[in-house]
Amino acid sequence: MSQSASTAATTRLSSVRQLKGRWWVTALFSLFLAVAAWMLLNLIIGGQCQGECVVGTLAQTLRVATPIAFAAFCGVLCERSGVVDIGIEGKMLMAAMVAYAVNLFAFQALKGSMGEQAAGDLSRWLAVILGALSAVILAALHAVVSIEFKTNQIITGTVVNILALGLTGFLYRQFLAENLPAGPGTFPIFNVPVLSQIPVIGPIFFQQKPLTYMMLISALLIHYVLFYTPWGLRTRAVGEHPRAADTLGIGVYRIRYVNVLAGGLIAGLAGVWFTIEGVDVFNPMMTNGLGFIGLAAMIFGKWNPFGALIGALIFGLGTSVTSTVSIFRPDIPSQIPQMLPYLLTIIVLTGVVGRAVPPAADGEPYVK
Amino acid sequence: MELALQAKGITKRFPGVLANDHVNFGLVQGEIHALLGENGAGKSTLMNILYGLYQPDEGQIFVDGVELQFASPHDAIKHGIGMVHQHFMLVPPLTVTENIILGQESTSINGRPASQLSILQRRKAAQRIRDLSHQYKLDVDPEAYVRDLPVGAQQRVEIVKALYRSADLLILDEPTAVLTPQEADDLFIIMRGLAKQGKSIVFITHKLREVFAVADTISVMRAGKMVGTVSPAEATSESLAALMVGREVILQVDKTAAHPGQPILTVTSLHVRDDRQHMAVNDVSFDVRSGEILGIAGVQGNGQSELTEALTGLRHVHSGKVAILDTDTTHVMPREIIEVGVAHIPEDRQKHGLVLSFPVRDNLALCTYYRSPFAQGIEVKYPVLERNAEELINTFDIRTPSAETPVGSLSGGNQQKVIVARELTRAVKLVIANQPTRGLDVGSIEFIHKRIVQARERGAAVLLISAELDEIMSLSDRIAVMYKGSILDIVDARTATREQLGLLMAGVKAQK
Repeated sequence: MSQSASTAATTRLSSVRQLKGRWWVTALFSLFLAVAAWMLLNLIIGGQCQGECVVGTLAQTLRVATPIAFAAFCGVLCERSGVVDIGIEGKMLMAAMVAYAVNLFAFQALKGSMGEQAAGDLSRWLAVILGALSAVILAALHAVVSIEFKTNQIITGTVVNILALGLTGFLYRQFLAENLPAGPGTFPIFNVPVLSQIPVIGPIFFQQKPLTYMMLISALLIHYVLFYTPWGLRTRAVGEHPRAADTLGIGVYRIRYVNVLAGGLIAGLAGVWFTIEGVDVFNPMMTNGLGFIGLAAMIFGKWNPFGALIGALIFGLGTSVTSTVSIFRPDIPSQIPQMLPYLLTIIVLTGVVGRAVPPAADGEPYVK
Repeated sequence: MELALQAKGITKRFPGVLANDHVNFGLVQGEIHALLGENGAGKSTLMNILYGLYQPDEGQIFVDGVELQFASPHDAIKHGIGMVHQHFMLVPPLTVTENIILGQESTSINGRPASQLSILQRRKAAQRIRDLSHQYKLDVDPEAYVRDLPVGAQQRVEIVKALYRSADLLILDEPTAVLTPQEADDLFIIMRGLAKQGKSIVFITHKLREVFAVADTISVMRAGKMVGTVSPAEATSESLAALMVGREVILQVDKTAAHPGQPILTVTSLHVRDDRQHMAVNDVSFDVRSGEILGIAGVQGNGQSELTEALTGLRHVHSGKVAILDTDTTHVMPREIIEVGVAHIPEDRQKHGLVLSFPVRDNLALCTYYRSPFAQGIEVKYPVLERNAEELINTFDIRTPSAETPVGSLSGGNQQKVIVARELTRAVKLVIANQPTRGLDVGSIEFIHKRIVQARERGAAVLLISAELDEIMSLSDRIAVMYKGSILDIVDARTATREQLGLLMAGVKAQK
């Protein structure tokens, strides 16, 4: 009995240690990075970034972290259930193009009957929905082939990426390259009542565009679903030990399908961000590898939604510091600071932040 | 008498195998029913059918007299059948509570089943687990993480998992395979307690000793058929073994007294890390002399694998020294170790012992293919390989369609014979055998034991690592017990008792 009590005590101790490892280290590391980035920034631009510039850079950080975080959440959902998804990039690209086209053409069709303001609002939301659904279709392809037919998931993901690249490139050349009518533009900034007036916090967190808010809410939602609901428990069990779940009557394939499709929806939102919230144009390959950076953020966050969010924010910080530098120091070639987020990706993937252990059955098709 | 569970005429065919051939099986409520048989006799197939994992081709299943058909384990669970699999079906990074409630998380809210997105009732579930654990004396901590628990505790979690689903009938598939003798005895006490409270238990095993220790009824299967059902009072070890194998078996290994010569293998304060960088072998020193068998006993996972890998050059040695005769082999390549004269029968024959997709012929020459007479310059002499293979297939009675057959398509026993033939026909001075008979049938075990003893009699030193205490005790001249990476004691096999070794395996060192 005493032996088992001491086992229980060490067990509790080790779980506490793990929690510490997860949150304290990550949070402190991010804070350290933010301060280091700020000091480095001022070193380069001669101390010109104080007050408003700091707030602006941080608000920009959250903004550009949004698609990365969405991509990382897609990765978290898929991989927690045991399906590796490297096709996030392709799904984002597809969603970005579909959303751009829907926004443009729905606006043309609607503006005569309901006025420019309302037509713009409606077409933008229509674009969000259809853009995300286009990514779900690609996710369904990945799901059927890799879950049902048990192909190598890395290859299937690559196929999705190449497919999206070719399809969007072709459609762009055919329909979206020239002679375009004027569109309704991207989402306007939405100021959250009251909260947006708080100094510092307000401008950073509550003067953003809708998808950024949706990203923050999804982090909470995914955390709740993964760790506080039966569905999440089953998802984690299926990602770790599908046979154990199977012996308890849990449908492994069903769990994986739903997670991959939900992940596709979220990857779609990441793509929609580019053309409905970021800029009012579509360019081939405009997602620029952010889907892969999202996967790096997921690994940095150890397959937890909040960890992934912190990872995405670090990459976002890299990007926004880069743009601040280019404002104050136009003499520095922009390509050099632009390398920063990608360098960060490599550093994260080499495991500087502690070894991340993926779900045990990650990437392995389940054969009944 | 009312049967809690009855199977009539169960037949199950797999491609090329008749796994169950019109098997009848009956379980009385409140009894412990041992199902005895060799590997591949069809015990697990039968139980997987009763648990709904497989569907029978023919036959009927009755629970409490009612005929039922199980399409999945879900149906079996619904009818009060629970199974503890040989390889635990637990998810290591989840807590005990999470593992137990998995698939059965939310009971219901106001009679309607709760949504899968509703909140988990962890605290309520943990309380029920504590109650069950208390009622059946299972000592399970609901808050612990499964990955931190020792094997014995994980097994109790599996039992609670079945009880949580209101199982009245428990199927335990080889539950003692991973336990120390003491842990096994604890399990038997738990099993008797469960039976006393009305649970019926099917206990699958191939160890005769355990059958007599705990069973009320014994059924024996052989080659897919049920060959007999007896009570322990009217059975003897010999009669059960004969039923299992279908012929008289010699349970004792014949061997002469040892004549140890000079030390062949000398290990001095060896430290080795495992994959997670923990010190898996911690300050181990011993030697093995020519003409003796040193057995290393211990529950699996106490550093035996890392020790073997370090000795054979497959794992980096952190510190310490390994010497074979006068050669220092601490940090040399595996081939140099082979060429010094070491035979290695690895723990995982399919992963480390054979190239499964290669023919038997090539597998028989994996250590020597690059040397004369098998090779000349850069050319491999296939006719010589061919002749070598034919010869070994004959002497070692390897059952294979031809020397060209991929070794992966042979049975486990014949795969192991290929390894033994390859390793023990070279001029070896040291044999390192890790779990050489795991998963084999009695006939193959007999054969391999004989070969190991022969190697000893030819003057080789033998290091035998096994988790099967019976194997260690019947073959070894000296027995070392490994616990948590250290050797607790080395005892003389002639005077060692099962109890003494069992205590050492559990980490308890006797006061002298």
